[in-house]
Amino acid sequence: MIKVYVPRDSSALGLGAEKVAAAIQAEAGRRGARIELIRNGSRGLYWLEPMVEVATAAGRVAYGPVRPGDVASLFEAGFLEGKTHALALGPTGEIPYLKNQERLTFARVGITDPVSLEDYVAHDGYRGLRRALSLEPSAIVDEVTESGLRGRGGAAFPTGIKWRTVLNTPADQKYIVCNADEGDSGTFSDRMIMEGDPLVLVEGMTIAGLAVGATRGYIYLRCEYPHAHVTLNEAIAAAYAGGYLGDDLLGTGKAFHLEVRLGAGAYVCGEETSLLESLEGKRGLVRFKPPLPAIQGLFGQPTVINNVISLASAPIILDKGGSYYRDFGMGRSRGTLPIQLAGNLKQPGLVEKAFGVTLREILYDYGGGSASGRPIKAVQVGGPLGAYLPESQFDTPLDYEAFAALWAVLGHGGIVAFDDTVDMAKMARYGMEFCAVESCGKCTPCRIGSTRGMEVIDKIRLGEDLERNIALLRDLGETMLAGSLCALGGMTPYPVLSALNHFPEDFGVAASEKAA
Amino acid sequence: MANNQWKLEEISSIVAGLKDKPGALLPILHGIQDHLGYVPPETVPLIARELNLSRAEVHGVISFYHYFRETPPGKETIHICRAESCQAMGSDELEAHAKQRLGIDYHENTADGEFSLEPVYCLGNCACSPSIMVGTEVYGRVTPERFDEIIAETQAKP
Repeated sequence: MIKVYVPRDSSALGLGAEKVAAAIQAEAGRRGARIELIRNGSRGLYWLEPMVEVATAAGRVAYGPVRPGDVASLFEAGFLEGKTHALALGPTGEIPYLKNQERLTFARVGITDPVSLEDYVAHDGYRGLRRALSLEPSAIVDEVTESGLRGRGGAAFPTGIKWRTVLNTPADQKYIVCNADEGDSGTFSDRMIMEGDPLVLVEGMTIAGLAVGATRGYIYLRCEYPHAHVTLNEAIAAAYAGGYLGDDLLGTGKAFHLEVRLGAGAYVCGEETSLLESLEGKRGLVRFKPPLPAIQGLFGQPTVINNVISLASAPIILDKGGSYYRDFGMGRSRGTLPIQLAGNLKQPGLVEKAFGVTLREILYDYGGGSASGRPIKAVQVGGPLGAYLPESQFDTPLDYEAFAALWAVLGHGGIVAFDDTVDMAKMARYGMEFCAVESCGKCTPCRIGSTRGMEVIDKIRLGEDLERNIALLRDLGETMLAGSLCALGGMTPYPVLSALNHFPEDFGVAASEKAA
Repeated sequence: MANNQWKLEEISSIVAGLKDKPGALLPILHGIQDHLGYVPPETVPLIARELNLSRAEVHGVISFYHYFRETPPGKETIHICRAESCQAMGSDELEAHAKQRLGIDYHENTADGEFSLEPVYCLGNCACSPSIMVGTEVYGRVTPERFDEIIAETQAKP
């Protein structure tokens, strides 16, 4: 039996992976070749998807991008023995894009069958949980604190402190909630984990449950991810069947239950308190803080609410120790960041690297420059609420503090590149429009400010009373920054004002007036 | 997949099966929309009664979330991503083409009832922009020509 891998990742499916898989199965049948077709996650080299791999005596070799019409010639060329072909990429692990990464959280993604418990355990899965089961709750939290892990959803709050707060808050019922409402444009690392290695998230949430004394968890998944919904449910069922979830985890008498809940297309529900409202079955209105969710979260109970990547990093931290993870990174940004390359790039995909790599290395050494061949004019880092950065800032290292110093954010690690045909005033207007569409409506600066913002940018783009309207836009930005209840209204000025600051000419303002 | 010939008993059984979950309203609304393609306003009193909520509260939740709809959709719903990554790869042009090809704007159904068109803000397919979703299938690197092919393939399905 020769193992052949065709991803079931939704981006690969969106490029025809299902038809490729069917063609391989059919061609193998025709030739009497004995193959085992495994549907893995994506390795994250998306310009090469659908990427097919074959397990040979010398390791896995890759071919891509494969179309259904290429399949017959692949068999003809002897791809089942790893032989060469026009689409041959060589040993998968030797592809520089992959080889030069530091894959900790993504260690298994693209390698294993995502819903096979056996495969997961054979690739070091559940070692973190086994260790956690032998530790006191406080010692589990200590490992996470030691690792320096900060919330990967964007806010970068130290995970250990959050867990400690929940551990120290007594209650009959506590919850672990996974924020899988990955709505930021340019981000897909959560999706890749949930489709490519969902058990690492299940394990991470179970560890969090043991750490703080929570017996129940929810994954709040955006409904735009139907494939992730399927893989998560399959993985959870496998974990229950294997004794890794339920009332008696691996015979220890400890309990943890897990369920997936679907969102319904509201971006603001990625904000933690809005998400909790939504899980409770209400409109996703942002709550005032305090009380923090760690004290009064889901159904009023102490709740750990973390992003997918934060929770999926817990297993390796528990397995290898907090100091192992902490030794990657720079400054106060410890460990690795799964960076998502998107937009106008030749080689978009997932790059997990230790903090400290520069934006330029990521955009050119990995991303390969723009897809259009034109100069990259701007990149937006950290989703729709992240600042636009011009070429002059591309040497900035990916580090939370270095970005904050530029009035920018790393956020969830998404990077969207634009070539020189982009109109930054149009992007600024879009920033306000997005905020208006997605505002929960609870606070005025966000609800009204976003609409007024669109109007004033429209006037600026028409050249009306430029000086006055630009002053008005800046003033509105200040109000939204300081007066909004959550990051939606409070950070919309980042893309809007960074576009104005770095690209004034697109707003009809001469570059010489830039300092004004 | 719209189903206008629904019976109240079907809705009752969906509600009854889910109402004891903590925070049951969203799962119930998903259950109804999965079954009918939308959440008919006539079902609101039943949901409200079973969950001990006011009708206004149930309506408020339905109207808050972009995904829930109170009118029947076309046979297939097409979501076009409007977010930044797709814009960087030409989604404006794709959007204009789709509207012109289908002869409708966002939140409308084609006259033959085949398609609904909705905007979406990110499908997580940003490494393969521009993206659309038809039903639950995501498509990447969608040019206007590819869009027409996808429409034809979708219509050819039984």
